[in-house]
Amino acid sequence: MDNIILSVEGYAKQFYLHSRQRLIPSAAQVNLSVRAGQLTALIGPTGAGKSSVLKGIYRTYLPSAGRLLYTDVEGHTLDLALAGEHHILELRQREIGFVTQFLHCLPRQPALDVVAEPLLTRGVTREAARQQAAGLLERLAVPQRLWGVPPATFSGGEKQRINLARGLIARPRLLLLDEPTASLDTATTEHVIALLQEMKQDGVGMIAIFHHPALVERLADAVVELSPPAMTVTDELIERIA
Amino acid sequence: MNNTYELPLDEAGYAFGFMDEYAKKEVRRAILKAICIPGYQTPYASREMPMGRGFGTGGLQLTLSLVGADDTLKVIDQGSDDSVNAVNLRQFVQMTCPGVEVTEKTEAATLIQSRHRIPEKPLTEAQILVLQVPYPDALVVVEPSEARRKTMHGEADYSRLLVKLYEDIVKFDEITISHRYPTRIHGHYIIDPSPIPRWDVPKLHQSKALILLGAGREKKIYAVPPYTLAEPLAFEDVVFSVEDFRDALGNRRTCSRCGAADSFLDEFSDETGKKIYQCSDSAYCNERLASEKTA
Amino acid sequence: MSRKILEVNNLTKIHGRGCPLCLESTGPEADTNICPHCGSVVAAHGVSFDLYQGEILGIIGESGSGKSTVVKTLYFDDAPSAGEAVFFDEDAQYDLYSLNAAQQRSLRSKRFGMVYQNPHLGLNFNVSAGGNIAERLLMSDVAHYGAIRERARSLLVRTEVLENRMDENPKKFSGGMQQRVQIAKALATRPPLLYLDEVTTGLDLSVQAAILDLILEIQHELGTAMIVVTHDLGVVRLLAGRTLVMKYGRVIETGLTDQILEDPQHAYTQRLVASAL
Repeated sequence: MDNIILSVEGYAKQFYLHSRQRLIPSAAQVNLSVRAGQLTALIGPTGAGKSSVLKGIYRTYLPSAGRLLYTDVEGHTLDLALAGEHHILELRQREIGFVTQFLHCLPRQPALDVVAEPLLTRGVTREAARQQAAGLLERLAVPQRLWGVPPATFSGGEKQRINLARGLIARPRLLLLDEPTASLDTATTEHVIALLQEMKQDGVGMIAIFHHPALVERLADAVVELSPPAMTVTDELIERIA
Repeated sequence: MNNTYELPLDEAGYAFGFMDEYAKKEVRRAILKAICIPGYQTPYASREMPMGRGFGTGGLQLTLSLVGADDTLKVIDQGSDDSVNAVNLRQFVQMTCPGVEVTEKTEAATLIQSRHRIPEKPLTEAQILVLQVPYPDALVVVEPSEARRKTMHGEADYSRLLVKLYEDIVKFDEITISHRYPTRIHGHYIIDPSPIPRWDVPKLHQSKALILLGAGREKKIYAVPPYTLAEPLAFEDVVFSVEDFRDALGNRRTCSRCGAADSFLDEFSDETGKKIYQCSDSAYCNERLASEKTA
Repeated sequence: MSRKILEVNNLTKIHGRGCPLCLESTGPEADTNICPHCGSVVAAHGVSFDLYQGEILGIIGESGSGKSTVVKTLYFDDAPSAGEAVFFDEDAQYDLYSLNAAQQRSLRSKRFGMVYQNPHLGLNFNVSAGGNIAERLLMSDVAHYGAIRERARSLLVRTEVLENRMDENPKKFSGGMQQRVQIAKALATRPPLLYLDEVTTGLDLSVQAAILDLILEIQHELGTAMIVVTHDLGVVRLLAGRTLVMKYGRVIETGLTDQILEDPQHAYTQRLVASAL
C-alpha cells in the first residue's frame, strides 16, 4: 500500500470514570496516515486529543473506537487496537518508538547506557552501542561529564535530550514524538531538527506533536488538525453504555 | 552379677535367647527388609530388655534374634572385650543361650556385637557384625522433625547436611566430624554409621561381612549388606580422610604395648600424666603381643 | 517471537473445607474473600495468565488480593485447590501439579527461584550467607567445594553484598542486605523463572531503589522471566511490562503496565491508581 506505515481510521478515545460515573472524551474521529521517511504532525488546541492519539497508537490508551492499521517490517498489516499484549511489547521493542516528556529509567543507570540500551536489546555489542550513544549525545550537546551520571538529577532539558537520543538511536520503523523540543533552547532544537531529517532519510516514519508552529512548517510532510471532541457526543455515548 | 542365679526357664517361659519367638521373628523380618533397602532405617518394635536404654539394647536384640546354639559370639565395647558393658552383655547371652560359645578372637567369631568400633582384622563372608547405635539418623543434626527427615531421606535431599560440611571447611579448612561420619550407602540413603571413628568407616565399603546396626531406644534397624557401596560424604576437592596418628615430628605413633603402627590408637595418660597410645582393639593387641613372644 | 515459559489456568486456592457456595459468595463484588456460609477463605480463584521467556509480569493488589497465593502455589509452597500450570523448559513441558514431590522439589531448586518479603522464609539462619547459596547449589548435586565457594562469592559480589561478609550469618545483616542474599541464593542455579514476593516492601526507599535496580540489571543480563508481586505501583511501573490486578482473590484486570497505570478500565484499578502517592 505504497509506503504507508500507519493508517489511523476513526480513532476515538473516552475515559469512563467509575467514581464519578462520567464519560470523559479524549479524542474523536481522528484519521491520519504516516508514511515511511515522512513526518505527520498533529496540531490543534489543548484538549484536542493529540497526546491521546499517540498514546492510543502506542497502546498506553486502549482505543475506544477506530482502527490503527500498522504494517510491520515484514509487510504484515495488523490493527494495533486488537493486537495481543505480547505482540505489542515486541513491536515496542523492535519497531515502534515513543519519545515522551517523561523519562522512566533505572535509578542507577548512567545516561550513556540509558541511550545505548535499545541497541543492546537488538544484539549490538556494548562497545559499539556506547559509541553510537556517545555520538548522539554529542550531537544533542549533552556535556560529556554527564554521560556517566544517572539522568535522575538532570534538568528538564537534559532529560529530554536523553529521551530523544534513546528514542532515535535504534532507528524504529515508526517513531512517535510528543513535544520533543519543549524544554530545549534554539541551538539544540536545530540539532534535533537535523537529526529528525536524517531519520526521514533513513526511512523512519514519524508522527509528532510540536509546540511551535515553526517546527511543523519545517518538518511536517503531512499535517492533521484535531479539534476537541464535542460534548454532545458524550451524552449519546453515556446513554448507550448505561 | 550373681553367677548362682538360674533363670527359671520353665516358669517364666523364657525362650532360647530371652526374646520370644514372635519377637525374634519380627526383628528378623526387619533385618531382611533392612538388607533389601541398604541404609534405610527400618522401624521395629524394640522390646524392653533387662538393661536400660543406652546400654546396647538395640544391638542386643539383633544378636539375640540371630544367635543359634552353634554360633560363636564376640562382644566388644570401644574395641575391648574386657570393658564392663561388653562383659555384661556377653554374660547375658551366655546365660540365656545355653550352648553358645564365646571368644575374644575376631577370626573365631561368627557373630560380633560391638559398641563404637569395628575390629582391625578384616571380617569374612561367614561373619555378621552388629553395631550398637545411639542415633540412627544422620539428619537429626539439621532437622528436628522426624516426618520431615523421612521425606528428606526418601528424596535423597541431603543438602542441609552437606552445607554443614561446607561450613566446617570454611571455618576450619577441613571437615571436622570425628565419629558418626555421614556415609552414603548404595548411592541413596545416608546413614549415621554409629559412633565409630573415621578410621573404621572405610571398612563398611564392600565389606565381606554383613553389617547390621540397631538402635534400641530409637527403634530402628538398618544394614550395610556385603559388597555394598559405602561412601563417606565429601567434596570432589576436599576428600574424606581417616585419623592421622602422627606426632609433631610427622612420625606415625605406635602402640606402646604391642608396637603396632597400623591400628586405631586410644590415648591415655599414665600415672605421671604422660600421654601414651595403645591399640583400641584389645584382641588385636593381645594377638600381636602373643606372636611377638613366640617369635 | 519469544516462547512461553509458563501457562497458568484457573488457579484456585481455598483455605478451609470449602462449600458449593464459596465461589459465588466471595470476590470483588462480594467485597470479601471469606465465604459467609462456611468461613473458608477463597484466597485465589480463576487466575489465568501466560508468561513468556524473559518477560517480567507484575501482580498488583492490596492485602487479601491473593497475589502472594499465586506465586506461593507456583513455587510449591502450597498446593492449589484447583487449576493447572504448565512450565515450558527448553524442549520439555511440565504439568506442575501432576508431578510427584521429588519432581516438584527438583524444579523448585533448579528451575525456579523465589525471593520472599520475609527473609526468614527464604534464608537459613543457621548457616552463613555463603552457606545459604551453597545449600541451593548442593541441592543440584554440585560436589566441588572450590566451585561452590567461587560461585557463592561471585553471586554475592554481583548482588552487592560485601565479599568479606560472605561467611557471616545473615542474622547480622540489614534488611536490604538480607534481601540481596536471598536474590543471590535464588539465582544460584540460574533459573529461567524467578518469583519476587514483595521483596522491597518494608525497606528504606534508597535501599528499595538499589534492589529494584539490581533486579532489572540481572534480568537484562540473564534474561530471567519474573513474576513480581507487589502492592506498590512504582515497582510495577519500573519492572513489569505487563501487569495483573487482583482483588479478593480474583484477577480483575490485566494489560500492559503503562496502560493499566494511565488508562485503567476497572473501577477498582482506577481507585488504586488514583490513590498512589
